[in-house]
Amino acid sequence: MNTFTICNKEMQSYFRSPIAYTVIALWALVGGFFFYFGLSFFVQRSMESAMQGQAFPMDINEWIVRPLLSNVNVVALFLIPMITMRLFAEEKRSGTIELLMTSPINDIEIVLGKWLAAVGLYSIMLGVSVLHMAILFRYGQPDWRPLAVGYLGLLLQGACLLSIGTFISTCTSNQIVAGAIGFAVSLLLFVLNWVSEFGSSVTDRVIGYLSVQAHFESFSKGVLDSKDIVFYVTMIILGLFLTSRSLESVRWRA
Amino acid sequence: MIKVEGLTKRYARNIAVDNISFEVEKGQIVGFLGPNGAGKTTTMRVLTCFMPPTSGSASVAGFDVQQSPMEVKRRIGYLPETPPLYPDMEVAEYLDFVGRIKGIPTADLPKRINDVAEKCAIGDVKKKLLGKLSKGYRQRVGLAQAILHNPDVLILDEPTSGLDPHQIIETRDLIKGLAGDHTIILSTHILPEVEQICGKVIIIAKGKLVATDSVENLTSRLRGSETVAIEVIPQDGSAPPANVQSRLEQVAGVSRVIHKESKDGRLHFTVESLEGRHIRPGLARAVIESGWNLNELHGMALSLEEIFLELTASHKPEAAEALKEAAAEAPAEPSAEEESK
Repeated sequence: MNTFTICNKEMQSYFRSPIAYTVIALWALVGGFFFYFGLSFFVQRSMESAMQGQAFPMDINEWIVRPLLSNVNVVALFLIPMITMRLFAEEKRSGTIELLMTSPINDIEIVLGKWLAAVGLYSIMLGVSVLHMAILFRYGQPDWRPLAVGYLGLLLQGACLLSIGTFISTCTSNQIVAGAIGFAVSLLLFVLNWVSEFGSSVTDRVIGYLSVQAHFESFSKGVLDSKDIVFYVTMIILGLFLTSRSLESVRWRA
Repeated sequence: MIKVEGLTKRYARNIAVDNISFEVEKGQIVGFLGPNGAGKTTTMRVLTCFMPPTSGSASVAGFDVQQSPMEVKRRIGYLPETPPLYPDMEVAEYLDFVGRIKGIPTADLPKRINDVAEKCAIGDVKKKLLGKLSKGYRQRVGLAQAILHNPDVLILDEPTSGLDPHQIIETRDLIKGLAGDHTIILSTHILPEVEQICGKVIIIAKGKLVATDSVENLTSRLRGSETVAIEVIPQDGSAPPANVQSRLEQVAGVSRVIHKESKDGRLHFTVESLEGRHIRPGLARAVIESGWNLNELHGMALSLEEIFLELTASHKPEAAEALKEAAAEAPAEPSAEEESK
């Protein structure tokens, strides 16, 4: 109940400020650009293949959805810190954190509420790109199942980075700092799997395993792998746990 | 209602609150008096469960702030020094949000909001954004937020700071109006404010408890002796200041006469009385009977600085030093002067 109240308040705050509109607009713009090019490229290639007399139409999932998911994944990476940076930093700066922390609600309710609001905005953002997919369904016959799995992957990876971003926001009262660190950490988590591409020692593989992108690959292929779901859920819980611990430390340090 | 025992709060390097103990009875209004940085806010933050004490204990309505913070939070309304407002919310929405996180049943909420809006006179700005409100309104919304869930204990951190004189009077009246139902602790560095609102005073300086007393006792301690400024013009201009001074010293009840300055034949003195003696009539008579002109005679208010020094001098010299510095910054209060006359 309290979680919902906090979530609701954060959600309203997103839409009262330019944040929600900026994030959604940027997503629509850049995502739409990737979609447009993916689609144009596909149309050209399939025309060529038709002229070469190949009977079967090219696979939309293979040619459009998969690269598109990987591309928009990067776009999301840029937008996620914008969603999380203000969550706690703003409250700490303006002193409203005192209201929350002297009210009869648990820290974990505050943390969950704020994170859920961030996930909510992120989901709305993802929802905008469903329009693109609707166009595919209107003019082609993509398989909806790998598409749904891909979106689940985007959502899980987003929720995971959002929980880490929320944690970072509790560490400072400066939004810019929270945003910058949030972006750097997200980016690092994204590209960690490069390590395992060059080396194959245990350390390399463990570091590579921590990469959020590595776990997204199976989702983008339409493969639902429990190992990847477990990874994301674990990371979400870790992020939220760190957030609540950090929030508690605000009491000791404030 | 509130019990604080041996409360100490230590930050990394300095001690903000050092072994403070006091008790507040139900229904009392207690003034928490001290210069900036004395530890008022820290003590309040411990009481509101915002931060835990380093050592010692504090309890509200029988619940310990560390053992059962939820119970304490339910019974406390807190107005921090800057009202905790979300600038992008409307007043009514904000109160609705606060009501929900304070655990007011949704069915009672609209009525509670209307009640406090009326009490705090914010009914006319309900649809305004908090960020667009004037300082006075922000403070009142902050107060409305604190009393919304009808808490047993109200903790107000400098509720009148930054308000204009008119708003200060309104806020004081509002707080006085709340007295019956709530136990109130309010912090301030303005002494007259304590005299007007509070029944009991807790004075702290540099984290240490300097005095706990009722306002009557405190004021009588302070008003025991009187300081009077007097300006005399010897008619022929011949009487030397020393003569006038010795004549004034002979007035019954005078303990000390200090010659301040002489300018254009006008002599200024500061005269201090013995404990409990009224010396102004005697002074006037002495001047007139000597054939001099009495140009001015008025009681001097003890400044905030002097009051603090007086109270702290016997306790801790370094605390008094700190008070002197802080009090020098504090604005002069016109009402203090009025009252002492």
